[in-house]
Amino acid sequence: MRKHIPNDASFGVIPLSDTSEQPQSLYAAREPIFPKRVSGPFRNLKWIIMAVTLGIYYITPWIRWDRGPDLPNQAVLLDMANRRFYFFWIEIWPHEFYFVAGLLIMAGLGLFLFTSAFGRVWCGYACPQTVWTDLFILVERWIEGDRNARLRLHRQKSMDFRKFRLMTSKWIVWLLIALATGGAWVFYFADAPTLLRDLVTLNAHPIAYTTVAILTATTFFFGGFAREQICIYACPWPRIQAAMMDEDTITVGYRAWRGEPRKHSKEITEDTPQGDCIDCMACVNVCPMGIDIRDGQQMECITCALCIDACDDIMAKIGKPRGLVDYMALSDEPRERSGEKPRSIWKHILRPRTILYTTLWSLVGIGLVFALFVRSHIDMSVAPVRNPVFVTLSDGSIRNTYDVRLRNMTNQPTTFRLFATGHPQLRLQLEGTPYETVDLDAQGAELQRVYVIAPPGSDPANAERTELRFWVEDLSNGERNYADTTYFGKGN
Amino acid sequence: MSKKPVQNDKDPDTTGHSWDGIEEFNNPLPKWWVWVFYATIVWGIGYTIAYPAWPLVNSATAGLLGYSTRAEVAEEIAEFEAKNAGINERLAGVELAAIGDDAELYGYAVSAGEAVFRTWCAQCHGSGAAGAVGYPNLLDDDWLWGGDIEAIHYTISHGIRNEEDQDSHYSEMPAFGDILEEGEIIAAVNYVQTLSGGTPNDAAAAAAGEEVYLDNCSACHGEAGEGDIYQGAPNLADAIWLYGGDYDTLIETVTYSRFGVMPPWQTRLSEAEIRAVATYVHQLGGGE
Repeated sequence: MRKHIPNDASFGVIPLSDTSEQPQSLYAAREPIFPKRVSGPFRNLKWIIMAVTLGIYYITPWIRWDRGPDLPNQAVLLDMANRRFYFFWIEIWPHEFYFVAGLLIMAGLGLFLFTSAFGRVWCGYACPQTVWTDLFILVERWIEGDRNARLRLHRQKSMDFRKFRLMTSKWIVWLLIALATGGAWVFYFADAPTLLRDLVTLNAHPIAYTTVAILTATTFFFGGFAREQICIYACPWPRIQAAMMDEDTITVGYRAWRGEPRKHSKEITEDTPQGDCIDCMACVNVCPMGIDIRDGQQMECITCALCIDACDDIMAKIGKPRGLVDYMALSDEPRERSGEKPRSIWKHILRPRTILYTTLWSLVGIGLVFALFVRSHIDMSVAPVRNPVFVTLSDGSIRNTYDVRLRNMTNQPTTFRLFATGHPQLRLQLEGTPYETVDLDAQGAELQRVYVIAPPGSDPANAERTELRFWVEDLSNGERNYADTTYFGKGN
Repeated sequence: MSKKPVQNDKDPDTTGHSWDGIEEFNNPLPKWWVWVFYATIVWGIGYTIAYPAWPLVNSATAGLLGYSTRAEVAEEIAEFEAKNAGINERLAGVELAAIGDDAELYGYAVSAGEAVFRTWCAQCHGSGAAGAVGYPNLLDDDWLWGGDIEAIHYTISHGIRNEEDQDSHYSEMPAFGDILEEGEIIAAVNYVQTLSGGTPNDAAAAAAGEEVYLDNCSACHGEAGEGDIYQGAPNLADAIWLYGGDYDTLIETVTYSRFGVMPPWQTRLSEAEIRAVATYVHQLGGGE
């Protein structure tokens, strides 16, 4: 504890002049990273995930799905112009956007679940930034060679023909990938074959070109140059997920108790022999984030597990058991230090928070599936006109007005009957027609004004409010839907 | 003494700042971030040059791009008016009664009419067209000067009781305070209360009032109080009252009379606009 407060620092601030040495620069240039090639089960898993995710991304817009005449035959389509979202056999209307919201909630909860169980698996395997960076590094390695060759090329200050050729071809391939990526995005929003033809023949909408240009540029720049800077400085998720992880989370770590003191360490004495780590830097050289996993868990680590593959390879070569760098739970450290076996993986995974996330995730999922199967093909919303609340007619009857919006979500023109229940004396009258039916086009929507009239002196006319239920019935098959509202009388 | 924090080679450097023994680590910002920051400043300055920005004494710098939100709005309005020119011409040329037969024209007339109504009519008749005391409710089925589309169109075009338009509807109820005795007025008002099925304040006065009514009022309001749309004489036998149907208000109305006015809109609105607003009012729920 401080006992003396210096006289010249009544607020407890030590003047800057006390600092003896100048601080280092507050700004740091990016240290280029040259990840080394590695092979092993985690690398293979990452290749598979890359192939699958990129495959889904590039191929999905090209899948066809027959929906009948006059409807798009693209399996997945965000039809902004007509305000429809098509997903194979599912068709979402704007008023059903809660399905999309529900899916986003499920995605969020799924992310929470995976992060609390397995740490940053999203970052390490599935995040587009990771996948595309991985692909770009693959291209880089394919053209310029592995780590050492790339390092040499980087250190070569003068630009000769070879360096120029390598860099240009690398950038061209990156640009082609970026173009395909930015290009694929717009295919989700329009008929893909038509749009591709329009794009090539320069007939597409400027918005399509702008979108492609922006996404091409960001892909090229993020995957080729920004890479780990995005994860460290631009992405909020690494910070957020720190709150999702605890000591039972399975994440990538270094068994310091087994590896230390590493080779060449000053701490090696006769009593403390060298640990398993031979300080070969294999784990550091393969790291796409440019960090040393042996420093412990750190914000930069995306847990891509490439260091595990690299270290296991070395351990096999020097005849030591695998897993010096490994997926592990921090809570196992004391057990492992005392030589016991770590607890089973299920004991780590099954804990209240993961069970809670799974439960919530399943509930939302079940709710969405349920809502999908029971959703009606008639949509009706009833908005009471409250300006004025009611109108007195010349015979003294009281009239309320409602804006009834009907949507025919079937593919046939349909006749709907409107009626209301709530009080036998209330009479319905549709604006502009003597009938009680409304004809809607296939996939049509219509606003029908409806008057509800109570005769003079009747209960609803005199009561302040009467509960009212509007019904709509599809006359072709008897399917019904309803909406509740209120009828307002004079209130005396 | 304060305990010196253990510093090992993995810790970041410190900035040298120290408050009460708490030191500030130096986690250097990436340089590209700083350059992005400078780029935003340059962009910001460029923006104020390209767009209206710097305040001057009476105005502001116009910006090199010549952008103005007002000009943009004016441009959009002109664009829409040009787009609507064709349908406005059709609307102005068609038979009034035939507007409803053409779904496209009718839809346009109702939407355009609503806009006109909100702009020019809502001040008196209310944004929901429910009127107010002295300003007729346009939602109900009671019309002073007729409620079919032709009558509504005529009323809007020429207005009510104004000097500006010779063709405007004109009628004037005498102030009976100058003509009748107070007792006669009271009797007539009591009688009028019975016309719409109400209970008079004084049944005897009501009986006496019938004669006063027939002598003085029925010429315009009709023998049964049914009113007359050709003179704009209100129907006294229904549930709707322009100024109020209670005893005191009726006494006031009969004694001093009323003189509601409405401007002629043909001097301000185009024929297409008048037809549009007439169509809109006609479909509000009371049109005949």
